[in-house]
Amino acid sequence: MSEMINVKINGMDVSVPDGSTILEAARALGIEIPTLCHMKNSNEIAACRICVVEVKRARSLVASCVYPVTEGMEIETNTLRVQNARKKTLELILSTHNRKCLSCVRSGSCELQTLCHDLGVENEGVYDGAKPVYEIDYSAPHMVRDNNKCILCRRCVAACSAQHVGVIGVNDRGFDTHIGSAFDKQLNEVACISCGQCIVNCPTGALYEKDDTDKVFAALGDPTKTIIVQTAPAVRAALGESFGLPIGTNVTGKMVAALRRLGFDKVFDTDFSADLTIMEEGTEFIDRVKNGGKLPLITSCSPGWIKFCEMYHPDMLENISTCKSPQQMFGAIIKTWYAEKNGLSPKDIVSVSVMPCTAKKFEIGREDQSAAGEGIPDLDITITTRELARMIERAGINFNMLPDEQYDNPLGEASGAAVIFGATGGVMEAALRTVVEVLEGKEMGNVDYEVVRGTAPFKAATLNVAGMDVKVAVVSGMEAAHELLKKVESGEEQYHFIEIMGCPGGCVNGGGQPIQPASVRSFTDIKGLRASALYSDDKANKIRKSHDNPMIKELYKEFFGEPGSHLAHNILHTTYKDRSKDYIK
Amino acid sequence: MKKRISNLPFTGTPEQEAKLKAVIAENKGQKSMLLSVMQEAQGIYGYLPLEVQTMVAEGMDVPVEEVYGIATFYAQFALTPKGKYKISVCLGTACYVKGSQSLLDKITEIIGIGPDECTADGKYSLEACRCIGACGLAPVLTVNEDVYGRLTNKDVAGILKKYID
Repeated sequence: MSEMINVKINGMDVSVPDGSTILEAARALGIEIPTLCHMKNSNEIAACRICVVEVKRARSLVASCVYPVTEGMEIETNTLRVQNARKKTLELILSTHNRKCLSCVRSGSCELQTLCHDLGVENEGVYDGAKPVYEIDYSAPHMVRDNNKCILCRRCVAACSAQHVGVIGVNDRGFDTHIGSAFDKQLNEVACISCGQCIVNCPTGALYEKDDTDKVFAALGDPTKTIIVQTAPAVRAALGESFGLPIGTNVTGKMVAALRRLGFDKVFDTDFSADLTIMEEGTEFIDRVKNGGKLPLITSCSPGWIKFCEMYHPDMLENISTCKSPQQMFGAIIKTWYAEKNGLSPKDIVSVSVMPCTAKKFEIGREDQSAAGEGIPDLDITITTRELARMIERAGINFNMLPDEQYDNPLGEASGAAVIFGATGGVMEAALRTVVEVLEGKEMGNVDYEVVRGTAPFKAATLNVAGMDVKVAVVSGMEAAHELLKKVESGEEQYHFIEIMGCPGGCVNGGGQPIQPASVRSFTDIKGLRASALYSDDKANKIRKSHDNPMIKELYKEFFGEPGSHLAHNILHTTYKDRSKDYIK
Repeated sequence: MKKRISNLPFTGTPEQEAKLKAVIAENKGQKSMLLSVMQEAQGIYGYLPLEVQTMVAEGMDVPVEEVYGIATFYAQFALTPKGKYKISVCLGTACYVKGSQSLLDKITEIIGIGPDECTADGKYSLEACRCIGACGLAPVLTVNEDVYGRLTNKDVAGILKKYID
């Protein structure tokens, strides 16, 4: 146990472990010191000076986010001097900030706005003077960068760098300092993987997803079209946060009810195609193991990861499963099997997905994602969890008052294995539930693979399956993936099967999820709480294994024949390409 | 001041590339040496265009943006090539009050490039510099190692005539 340090904060005594910052010590007393640039572990740079406090005998105010406590220290967190300093800092930040708050996407969830309100900023233009003007970058398929609202906190830079991407950073100096890419290239010219982690870490409206809600409303208003929506597993675990519900609340029923009230003709569950993914990917894995195919097999659900691999590890492309992502598989069967079954022309279907992910906006435009042919895309529009919340608000739907409703059939039925796809380790666990039974040739009693659960960026296990040692690894976040791939490429470590998800913690922590302020992100296990909602859902499901999903069985019987069939390959599988030379990185 | 980026084509030679590769090899795996590698790279090429920054970034295993961020932070790094004749006009306080801005404008008028630019033929580059310690001669400009002082706009054309070949 580490040594305890005794300090006095606002006249109250508190003991905290040695090495704690003033910010952490104050939290132990229930005092929340405001912060802006601080992100625990990733961005501890004390740049913004919002968190300043008075320390007795210190010459000036100190930044509490990085200042360590020492024995006997006396701290005041809320004197008039402190308040005035914070207020002045805010006023100076505002002097170069584009204050179009009324129409800002982050109005209501902006940390700068909240601070100005809380600290009583009365005149936002008191220090107005020269104002840098930046062109807004709309070039990327998934997001917009508006430096006119940037406060230079560098949280996005830290997030991008933690993803081993690092395509944004601090350029120029002094008054010209701004966040940008090398040679101030636009985002679509640099090796951005579209993960959106910069967005969920941005305190203001400087970074935001490309809003496709208008497209969805337009489709919903077109009587000649059949509008079908699918929702990813992780969405249900986070959407409630946009309506004030606690982190980790599962809102599947209300979400389905809301989608129906928005006017979607059919509300389906991406979980169905997660089960389908397991059938295809599991078969692919068994085939590669038995027939000496390329190993390790790496999962292909996460478009951020796929783009990362294409840009940064093109040598590993053959290791990636050829399975389309569950979103794309779903889109593909809607416009083929489902359309045919229901006498619809694929051209009259508008297929929409709700995803925790911004990279999905890139994925829908990828090559080789048109199962129905004739250039008809598998999926027409994808929106993030945040955009769905926005649609619900705009439509005047009182989310928390909604009854719980069920998904439509036939594509609303799914196993517990599918719902955990939203958390790191979930795809691996779902795959193991099926692959182990197929290889053992018998039903297994236990379906809980605890070894691959948890939010750690890297997990590995060796399982004995049918007399063979199967080595599996699970990573989330691209830094962990990069470290693992280096070892796999060099032969230092060998695995049979690897699950990789682009965002740290998996889709539950995706770049399209509701934004929590840094004060929550730094001190709450958001990933774990959201994931636990999915694991409870899995546990409560009578069907725990993908191959036990009766609708999946029917789909193969009626349409595909068997997993990995020629037809399944045409519709459910895809290709990748080396993009390592196409972008600045 | 925001740094100007050259749009002149990159004309690096295989010899220059070999030199840079040697510098990178010496510092391989030591990310803390990035700044010093960049200084050497600038010594080899005279400036740090995208092609050079990419080589440095790949060699030092950092994103190009990190290199670019450093290159735009420190005044010593240039993103535009230097000409055969490097013209520097001092904009330090003494020279400035003696009218050096007007000298700079005059040069721009004659050779057609602004500060931090290089002519397409590679002959002239222009820069505004800080005090060079010749305040007694203000306003001052230099061409390579030659110093010219107590200037008026009328002197500019005559000076440039000396640097034609």
